[in-house]
Amino acid sequence: MSTPYVLLGLLAAGSAVHGYDLKRAYDERLPQARPLAYGQVYASLNRLARDGLVAATGQERDGGPDRTSYAITDAGRAALHDWIGEVEQPAPHVSSSLLSKVMVALLVADVQTARAYLTAQRQAHTTRLRELTAVKTDPAARLDDIVAADYAIAHLDADLRWLRATLERVADWHREVHA
Amino acid sequence: MTQLSARGVVKAYGNTPALRGVTLDIAEGEIVAVTGPSGCGKSTLLHCLSGILRPDAGEVSYRGERIDRWSEARRSVLRRTEFGVLFQFGQMVAELTAAENVALPLLLAGTRRRAARTAALTWLERFGVAELADLRAGEMSGGQQQRCALARALVTEPRVVFADEPTGALDSLAGEQVLGQLVRTAREQRTSVVLVTHDATVAGYADREIVLRDGVLDPSGLGVGVGMKGLGR
Repeated sequence: MSTPYVLLGLLAAGSAVHGYDLKRAYDERLPQARPLAYGQVYASLNRLARDGLVAATGQERDGGPDRTSYAITDAGRAALHDWIGEVEQPAPHVSSSLLSKVMVALLVADVQTARAYLTAQRQAHTTRLRELTAVKTDPAARLDDIVAADYAIAHLDADLRWLRATLERVADWHREVHA
Repeated sequence: MTQLSARGVVKAYGNTPALRGVTLDIAEGEIVAVTGPSGCGKSTLLHCLSGILRPDAGEVSYRGERIDRWSEARRSVLRRTEFGVLFQFGQMVAELTAAENVALPLLLAGTRRRAARTAALTWLERFGVAELADLRAGEMSGGQQQRCALARALVTEPRVVFADEPTGALDSLAGEQVLGQLVRTAREQRTSVVLVTHDATVAGYADREIVLRDGVLDPSGLGVGVGMKGLGR
């Protein structure tokens, strides 16, 4: 789970100090990620404070909601440093509702229907890839947007290659599954 | 307005069919990716649409005129004045400088030397490679050559650009620059682009993708993005 570390990173970089601003900074930095829920930000901050990785440094209350400001602690910096240095497992968990769905389609559908599923999926992926490419080529795009779009594009591209190869294999695979 | 159209285009090399009845329309300013596995007829289709090859059967029209009926000489003029081409390997003339290479299509069309050079420099500058103007093509990197080749494809302000795997020989960042510049220019000038590629990330730059398979359009098509239900982002 990377959310607490992203929050630590944003605090370390001085991007924000309040929960609300941290949520916004998070969404801005990781535009292709799922937007972060406020509740999640506050829950994470509480846990980080409990573990001594961040400390509350003040509280403003100007009629609005409670605005506690936070700062990263030395222990927080050390934890962040360790996390960045830790190599991510090269995806043993490659996404899988896509794979599962195709597996099941092959199992229960005839070749024609399975191809139709795969083709529709390919269209959806292609459409999303085109949208992301538009994000990248927008003259106003910032490097943040471009790097995040690249990441999503590379994954969609991998899925697309696999979908294409699988489309070629459908007939053989179906024969094998139902042999 | 329809810029280019093919109706039942058939083309074979000897006994080997390359295109077996392809029909499609490309609108003014539209960027269309032509994708499909190797040997599916992508390049042959591009050559038929650009008037380099004459189909064995079927029609190819450019702005409503049957160019497949035109003589080679007339099609050659059309290619020089209305079309721009960009290949996988820039195909720059190694002994000429970047500016001379870019000016070439203008000189062939009868533009005076000085005006041609000025135009060439403008395009090189636009693509951020003005400093290469007096460098010979043979002395440039692949990415630099391809940006010059793009300038050369656009210098005549063509109405259609045909690009055949234009980034196939480039690393991804260099490829991205070339594609970004091609697409931005095409949007500004309402240039149609036929972009042949086997790479989905390259096809992502297009407005629409058509898939060729064994010389015919894949009936499943990819024209409109109708996804599976419930597929989130």
